[in-house]
Amino acid sequence: MVIQALAFYLFAALAVASGVMVISSRNPVHSVLFLILAFFNSAGLFVLIGAEFLAMILVVVYVGAVAVLFLFVVMMLDINFAELREGFLQYLPIGALIGLILAAELILIFGTWVVAPDAGQTLTAPILPPDQLTNTHALGQIIYTEYIYLFQASGLILLIAMIGAIVLTLRHRPGVRRQKIADQVSRRREDVVEVRDVTTGSGA
Amino acid sequence: MLEIGLSHYLTVGAILFTLGIFGIFLNRKNVIIIMMSIELMLLAVNINFVAFSAHLGDLVGQIFAMFILTVAAAEAAIGLAILVVYFRNRGSIAVEDINMMKG
Repeated sequence: MVIQALAFYLFAALAVASGVMVISSRNPVHSVLFLILAFFNSAGLFVLIGAEFLAMILVVVYVGAVAVLFLFVVMMLDINFAELREGFLQYLPIGALIGLILAAELILIFGTWVVAPDAGQTLTAPILPPDQLTNTHALGQIIYTEYIYLFQASGLILLIAMIGAIVLTLRHRPGVRRQKIADQVSRRREDVVEVRDVTTGSGA
Repeated sequence: MLEIGLSHYLTVGAILFTLGIFGIFLNRKNVIIIMMSIELMLLAVNINFVAFSAHLGDLVGQIFAMFILTVAAAEAAIGLAILVVYFRNRGSIAVEDINMMKG
């Protein structure tokens, strides 16, 4: 119990601290790296609460794909980030005010909130103890049956996102000579070779 | 204090969500940091979903968190693609320069 509590506080403190560093770091590359740290610690929190599959997905999808995408874009674009930081302190008071109001609202909600007494009877997919059914197994059993349409729809969303990203960023530069296999294969001798009579002594 | 319950996880989620909002206000010129703040907020929402799922003993919350993860990944990909195209056209990503559609 003590170890679990210590692990929770460690992960939570590191996640929150790296969240602070994400928004306050001077260099965007550091921001992305702290975002990765925040995701790792949240994955640790998920493992602690018993959602192992989501923890692994979080590491694979966020750290392996999204954060690397961010890093790629930050490094690829040649931006003067110091210029973008102008007015950083100017927005600090209003941002802090809104953040504090929001935090106070959330704390007020969580302080007075209780679970409905009959919430236990309305479960659609009860979690069995881990020695009977692992988290991944249980998730797979209902994702591929009850939630198959939503699962397919999310796959479609990813496909559309992929196509959209490619369509948006693909460009053909003029002046770049590319190899066109179809043109090469369909070349005929009579199209490109011509036999001419050249008078003696005037050939180039 | 040593008994970790639902409220602990909800507090972490609330702090991360507030940090995301704060980050949007703090870095309102830099689109990349704003997108990272949005990712932080989505992560906080996911923490809430998983915490409630574990507390109530219902697996559907984790499935919903997985769908949020999917949509967040798609959003990041499209957003960064738009950012790259925009940078190619304007040579800047400052938020106040994004006014080409004003006519």
